[in-house]
Amino acid sequence: MQPEKFYYDNKIVRNFGIATIAWGIIGMTVGLIAAIQLFKPGMNMGNQYTTFGRIRPLHTNAVIFAFVGNAIFMGVYYSLQRLLKARMFSNFLSNVHFWGWQLIIVSAVITLPLGFTTSHEYAELEWPIDIAITIIWVVFGVNMFGTIFKRRERHLYVAIWFYIATFVTIAVLHIVNSFELPVSAFKSYMVYAGVQDALVQWWYGHNAVAFFLTTPYLGMMYYFLPKMANRPIYSYKLSILHFWALIFIYIWAGPHHLLYTTLPSWAQSLGIVFSIMLIAPSWGGMINGLLTLRGAWDKVRDDVVLKFMVVGLTAYGMATFEGPMLSLKQVNGLAHFTDWIVAHVHVGALGWNGFLTFAILYWVIPRIYKTQLYSKKMAAFHFWIGTLGILFYAIPMYWAGFTQGLMLKEFTPEGMLKYPNFLETTLRIIPMHVMRSIGGAFYLLGVIVMAYNLARTMMQGKLVANEAAESMPLEPVNAATESGWHRKLERRPIQLMVAALIVILIGTVIELMPTMTISSNVPTIASVKPYTPLELQGRDIYIREGCSNCHSQTVRPFRSETERYGEYSKAGEFVYDHPFLWGSKRTGPDLAREGQKYGNAWHYNHMMDPRLMSPGSIMPNYDWLLTQKLDTTTTRTKINAMRTLGVPYPAGYENKANADLNKQAQGIADNLAKDKIKVKNDKEIIAIIAYLQRLGTDIKANKAANK
Amino acid sequence: MNIIYFLIGCSVLLALVFLLAFFWAQRSGQNDDLYTPSVRILLDDETEPQDKK
Repeated sequence: MQPEKFYYDNKIVRNFGIATIAWGIIGMTVGLIAAIQLFKPGMNMGNQYTTFGRIRPLHTNAVIFAFVGNAIFMGVYYSLQRLLKARMFSNFLSNVHFWGWQLIIVSAVITLPLGFTTSHEYAELEWPIDIAITIIWVVFGVNMFGTIFKRRERHLYVAIWFYIATFVTIAVLHIVNSFELPVSAFKSYMVYAGVQDALVQWWYGHNAVAFFLTTPYLGMMYYFLPKMANRPIYSYKLSILHFWALIFIYIWAGPHHLLYTTLPSWAQSLGIVFSIMLIAPSWGGMINGLLTLRGAWDKVRDDVVLKFMVVGLTAYGMATFEGPMLSLKQVNGLAHFTDWIVAHVHVGALGWNGFLTFAILYWVIPRIYKTQLYSKKMAAFHFWIGTLGILFYAIPMYWAGFTQGLMLKEFTPEGMLKYPNFLETTLRIIPMHVMRSIGGAFYLLGVIVMAYNLARTMMQGKLVANEAAESMPLEPVNAATESGWHRKLERRPIQLMVAALIVILIGTVIELMPTMTISSNVPTIASVKPYTPLELQGRDIYIREGCSNCHSQTVRPFRSETERYGEYSKAGEFVYDHPFLWGSKRTGPDLAREGQKYGNAWHYNHMMDPRLMSPGSIMPNYDWLLTQKLDTTTTRTKINAMRTLGVPYPAGYENKANADLNKQAQGIADNLAKDKIKVKNDKEIIAIIAYLQRLGTDIKANKAANK
Repeated sequence: MNIIYFLIGCSVLLALVFLLAFFWAQRSGQNDDLYTPSVRILLDDETEPQDKK
């Protein structure tokens, strides 16, 4: 048998590499701006497109899907070809994948500041982009499986298993979390409501961490670390063991994001148990990586690439130890909604994802350009400023988290809240936020230095777009000895893909039918009524402005919270909330019981300039709400859509909804006029006041009626 | 809360897919040799420079 000659596609690797660097700098710059906004409200830049509520999702989407996403594809396209001894399945699909993904990111950069958002964290992009993501993800899958099917190496190295798990799981997660009912080109309502929607979102949210930020990176670690250190992985057996354990356990951990909410407690416990178990497979991966370097620590001293890997793996180990600890109810009760969580995710993101990405870039780019790294000194500088950046970022954030968490729970000896004003806790942690942005700036500076270093490296070398390689073709499987049905199927990749797709579709439909047709069995509360048309419009403004990025809407059953906010939340209160707006971080106070706490005039002035009502507040001004006209042409379709989703608006209500809307708006305008505030009843501010005044009042009405 | 059953269904379905993949890996001998693969990936056959296109 003759060895076959073929060429690895390095160009696509280079393209994804450049995209990684460019989007990394953009995403981190946006993150730095958002960080500064939290102590300098002026950085919101006085217009609606750059407020924290809109650019925080831009930051998370850019660093997760643009920076990390492109890095994954760079690593996969480089390692997959070499592990399988085959060129990528199709040049055309590779290019569609690359340009399609960049286009999706550009559309995110445009739509998120415009306020087009579903409000689901890390899934904010609206429905047309969701469809585009699905298509491009399938393109990636076909390209990957196509390459696997034409491989010249029968054994699938463990890294490939990680890539396969990534592809399959992200596909399922993305589709399930994107069931939305479109009401216009860039607006949709989540099919699920309230606590159900929350569960779907965090089932997705946690597994996005697991299968976008973890499994592909573990796969890349298993390929690149042995290559970088030029020694085999410590234990191949352990890699297989922890791979299967990891993917089977991870999918169940989502509910730990909803501890102490109205999610049934057995579901919370399920999430906790699986989260604790996750320590074992996670540390299996970390230990396997670190022990690979045993006896090679002298290399680590000299090689900056390995330094990045060691810190990356250590950060992974810390984050995956801390994660299960944060899932414990007692720890979570303190940490949830505070900067502790922000510190936790950034140890993972900056340390694990960031540092692994940098190591791979420093290793791959000189190789495909057949040259040496332009400057080792600069790379070393990047390593140290990056590490310092992580420390300056994480330590103040932990400190801020403990401080605020404890302050919010502190009582005086007389049994009163020691800090009844939430703002006091916000102001206390401002120095930590200043430190954090310095840490972030250090980290970003390192990335910029890397970009320069790698650009010079590319300039001094020449890209080997098609790298020659040779390998023996796979021996044909002997039909006589291997005649299992699966074997036959395996040799027909297209048929297998089609069959798999059909199976998945049937499964999805069967699973979906009951949830779509059977009414929800969340206990209903008689006094909880659907939102009025004006409140519904106000709620959509609340979503557009990204209020839920800083304000939660769920009161946990702690005395410190019921004293501060009011009665703890009940599942039945959220049955008409498409989507849920519980949030995950309290930069400002919870708003679940905000209704009727303050007068309309207070809200009006507060929106115009929060510092008028709360001196020192870090909330941006929302003065455009005072002048922008509320779009009431959408009321009809919105009411219809909500009814389709099961909200009991009476038949024909869509026809008189706007009349009701105007009546309620006039009432609020008249009320404001009493406080000498002249505002026309068709402004957005009226709708948002209507919504805020409604929040959490249904149960109050119930209590009053029962008295 | 019937969404829980849907999500559990999805998760079980996904787990089944992984289980099948695991069985396939076992049956097809993917895990028979737990040492060589770790060394194999290090041996990259760099072809001669004149081959480069």
